[in-house]
Amino acid sequence: MFERLYRSLYRIRRLEEAFARVYPSDKIKSPVHLSIGQEAVSVGICEALRSDDVVFGTYRGHALYLAKGGEMKAMAAELYGKATGCTRGKGGSMHLISTETGMMGASAVVGTTIANAVGYAYALQHKGRDAIVVSFFGDGGSEEGVFAESLNFAALKRLPILFVCENNGYAIHTCQERRQGRPDICARARAYGIPAERIEHNDVLYLFERARALTAKVRAGDGPYFLEVMTYRWREHVGPNNDYHLGYRTAEEAIPWIEADQVKRLESMIPPQRCQQIQEEVEAEVDAALAFAEDSPEPELAELYTDVF
Amino acid sequence: MPQTITTSPAQRSARQARVERTLTYVDAICEATDQEMERDPSVLVFGLDVDDPKAIQGTTRGLLEKYGSGRVFGTPLSEDAMTGAAIGMALAGLRPIHVHIRMDFLMLAMNQLINVAAKSRYMYAGKVSIPLVVRSMIGKSWGQGAQHSQGLYSFFMHVPGLQVVAPTTPYDAKGCLIAAIRNDNPVLYVEHRILHFHNGPVPANDYTVEPGRARITAIGQDVTLVGISQMQSECQKARLYLEEVGIQAEVIDPIWLSPLDIDTIALSVEKTGRLLVVDNGWVCCGASAEIITQVTERLQGHRLFRTRRMGFAPVTCPTAPNLERLYYPDGRTIAAAARDLVEETRTGWMPRERPELNSFVFKGPF
Repeated sequence: MFERLYRSLYRIRRLEEAFARVYPSDKIKSPVHLSIGQEAVSVGICEALRSDDVVFGTYRGHALYLAKGGEMKAMAAELYGKATGCTRGKGGSMHLISTETGMMGASAVVGTTIANAVGYAYALQHKGRDAIVVSFFGDGGSEEGVFAESLNFAALKRLPILFVCENNGYAIHTCQERRQGRPDICARARAYGIPAERIEHNDVLYLFERARALTAKVRAGDGPYFLEVMTYRWREHVGPNNDYHLGYRTAEEAIPWIEADQVKRLESMIPPQRCQQIQEEVEAEVDAALAFAEDSPEPELAELYTDVF
Repeated sequence: MPQTITTSPAQRSARQARVERTLTYVDAICEATDQEMERDPSVLVFGLDVDDPKAIQGTTRGLLEKYGSGRVFGTPLSEDAMTGAAIGMALAGLRPIHVHIRMDFLMLAMNQLINVAAKSRYMYAGKVSIPLVVRSMIGKSWGQGAQHSQGLYSFFMHVPGLQVVAPTTPYDAKGCLIAAIRNDNPVLYVEHRILHFHNGPVPANDYTVEPGRARITAIGQDVTLVGISQMQSECQKARLYLEEVGIQAEVIDPIWLSPLDIDTIALSVEKTGRLLVVDNGWVCCGASAEIITQVTERLQGHRLFRTRRMGFAPVTCPTAPNLERLYYPDGRTIAAAARDLVEETRTGWMPRERPELNSFVFKGPF
């Protein structure tokens, strides 16, 4: 299990670091909202899911796409604007999808997919399936009206959905305390009759353990459940760099999160030889994904007019 | 250029079916929904009050009893999330019909409609489709006022990935709804509260009135009237007023606003040389502007023609009956504008009102 979690975390970390490295070359034709530092949330939850379970995410969705099994090559090619991308160069980094593995999409408009996830959960319940949905969104998403409306409907219909609020403390450059009169997101979930708990740290093992227990409850028909997971974005809101110079947060604030890096932590829990083997495999996979993206053709011009209707 | 179309396939099939039976527009919608729900278990219908005793003016009557609360349900007052949920259901293989008793309420659902429903198929490169029908109603008269009367379909015509239909007869109400339900794209289905009360021939079988085919509803030589939604009825009255002064109007019902059947309209204008588009909305940036522009692009350089558009007065809809009358085009003002267009002058003519043409007067409350 440690190895699975480590591989999943390491793949995301290394691919995004590669993106950051390549970014100044302008080969990546897409804004990038890197998940570096937040990988544990997607990894811990998705490791507890079945392949027929479904997730919906956000524009900061690289980690979720990969954690839910999305193909790395297709994702890299998508960011390069290539025909082999997961949406053939038409969705970009903010709209990753992998219907084969249950990653059902992401929105660049905050909060938007919460409602889509709820509708998908209604359909699963209606069809009598025992698959479930996990809706990922941020602390900013919890301020949108659609959050309140969606939670109410999920509670009303006792839908098979797990809400996961990835709270990294900031909506772009504005901290949660400057946006919320009562910065207690779980309290708002409970107000709709949805049991909620807050996970104070980015602990991938604890997340996995809780996700396994909670998804079992949701799958058994106990209705929706709400998780708020405290985490931290190491890099800037959009782009490959750090942004501590902007002054809206301090580098000191990041230190405990960086010290508790889950990639490093898992690394220390695996026999060094196995660890090295995983690293080598992932490095080769990342290199191959970037080479694939670079070598792939651009979309045909006719692609502009396909799939409108 | 294609051949002039004087009857659409739907008209021909209506004739072939030798339609005897008449239904109201409301009952036609209900029958279409019922038949599709029976045919396809993935169809479901929901929205505010869909399952209440009034059953959305009767358009959903009996469906709850027949199909159960899993497929027919009232929703919380959450247009935004329920539209998003409808999209999620569509992603999961269902075919939702989301009902709004006024088109104005769609403003609460714009993010999901424009940013998600319209975009998903394209931005996900065809990996998903959103077979969603959004029914909404335009209100008129008896003090519907600012927020119960808007015909906002041009907002949706603007956006690639959405289809828009505004049927004006019970026949088309049924055929377009069935076509919309079977369509793999999001379709905005625009009803009009006044049209709800209209009666007309409706075949009992299921049939579709497919996107992109307009209907010539009256043949004439002198001027082309394009009437959208309830303005189609007003154009029919205008045609009768124009007969009094020897003007033969050709009247066209676009039915589907997106995709638009511009061929049928342009061919008519080629014949008449005059085009008056009467919209059930404001003129600025509206459906009338789009229709006239497309006809102009088609005909410029080989057919001179004169054109004009009419629509709501460029103000917010008032509630006092006398002001409201002034706000909307009607059969008489349309006829007057059409005559001026034909005679290329301001004649000052206004036909004397013929009360028998106003066969239906809406008295509310809703």
